Amino acid sequence: MTQPFEPLIIGFTCNWCSYRAADMAGMSRLKYPPNVRLIRLMCSGRLDPEFIVRAFAGGADGVLVSGCHPGECHYLEQNFKALRRFMLLRLTLAQFGIEPQRLKLLWASAAEGVRFARECTAFVEQLRALGPLDWPGMVAERNGHHAVSQALPAEEVQA
Amino acid sequence: MTANGKPKFAMYWAASCGGCEISVLNIGDKILLVDEVFDVVFWPVAADFKYDDVRGYPDGYIDLCLFNGAIRNSENEEMAHLLRRKSKVLVAFGSCAYEGCIPALSNLTDRASTLRAAFLDGPSVDNPSGILPQTVTTVPEGEIHIPAFYHTVKALDQVVAVDYTVPGCPPEPHQIWAVLEAVIGALKEGQPLPPRGAILGAGTVAVCDECPLEKDVKSIDRFFRPQELVPEPGICLLEQGLVCMGPATRSGCGALCPQVGMGCRGCYGPANDVVDQGARMVTALASVMSAGKTGDNEAELERRLEQILAGIPDPAGTFYRFSMAHSLLHRARTGGGNGKDQAQ
Repeated sequence: MTQPFEPLIIGFTCNWCSYRAADMAGMSRLKYPPNVRLIRLMCSGRLDPEFIVRAFAGGADGVLVSGCHPGECHYLEQNFKALRRFMLLRLTLAQFGIEPQRLKLLWASAAEGVRFARECTAFVEQLRALGPLDWPGMVAERNGHHAVSQALPAEEVQA
Repeated sequence: MTANGKPKFAMYWAASCGGCEISVLNIGDKILLVDEVFDVVFWPVAADFKYDDVRGYPDGYIDLCLFNGAIRNSENEEMAHLLRRKSKVLVAFGSCAYEGCIPALSNLTDRASTLRAAFLDGPSVDNPSGILPQTVTTVPEGEIHIPAFYHTVKALDQVVAVDYTVPGCPPEPHQIWAVLEAVIGALKEGQPLPPRGAILGAGTVAVCDECPLEKDVKSIDRFFRPQELVPEPGICLLEQGLVCMGPATRSGCGALCPQVGMGCRGCYGPANDVVDQGARMVTALASVMSAGKTGDNEAELERRLEQILAGIPDPAGTFYRFSMAHSLLHRARTGGGNGKDQAQ
């Protein structure tokens, strides 16, 4: 029997709203799939697009970006910056063959535990339908390489 | 060193355009000094040496090998291994060898699409019987072999260990000279070589840091393509709506392009504090766009942003124009199509 595909999701939450929404979901003992690995940042505006790219490059099937609702950012308007980055990065990644549905943006206030759990469940289902991404495997299969170790093989001559 | 006692110099091109070689000649009459100091033992573009000559050299025979060009096919890869074995100091010279450069843009698609574009679909191609290159072809006289064409273009350091890297497309002549001077100093006067793995002939900060254009923390409402706007002189191009890779790109060129009204292309690769040049550009552009403030209607804002972003028709090709092979993602996941179509 084959195991059902369990997507691996990296979720970035902000300290002030969305992480607390996740906390609320936990404290309320809401059940939702355990596929999302949360990383707490101070603000969604702290999220360097590189983190998202790194998550996919490292084997994530989806990435969740979560922050305060627009207008409620603890740092005034940084979540708007997060939104602009998110939209541009999603376009860029589509050209790499990463479907836009693998990226999810979720605004959640500290009180929205139920919403957080519901949206995570929906995202997991969405990724299950899309199937695995397996970026490292794809790159290797297509003859791509990461940098070779800086230690020289024995037969090569040192300067 | 052999009879004449001069250190041995080699320069090779793999998947490249030849611009790096021209750039070396652009160091002007100092090229005579290179000839005076070095004994050229392999340089296909300038002198008649064969691969077999190189195979015949003892290991470590070449003191300095400037390797330009990306690894696109099995011949490139074979030469990379051969020259690594024969060279004491192997330099990834220029953007192709360093990070893939323009050849690696084909990592957004796959082998079949690249061959189709080059041999079938090109507007100037006349190939009625649809002949594509084959690794092995049988003719009456026997079998003919040509190098195998790869799916993925790689940088030199993804194939062999590299001692130094000189970025740029092509490297600026004064920077090339600085590097050659350092090597000559080490060879003739025993000065210490830079630490292994160093990026030579370039700065460490972003192009913006050496760009004289005035920056004013101004945000923009739309992007322009280069042909749509004659920029105001003296003012930051990004703040006028032209995509300029300056914030994500390593300094060292002297910000030549922005100063003549053309946004930085990004050819020196990511700056010291940047890993993924494209991701950093996403950050930089998101910061310069005006849309989005408290009270905005969310759906309306998303539409507005989509409109603005439509002004960048090829984000992946723009942000990773030079660094595709070295980017975190390395290549696109393709289903035989052209990556560009998938953005829409």
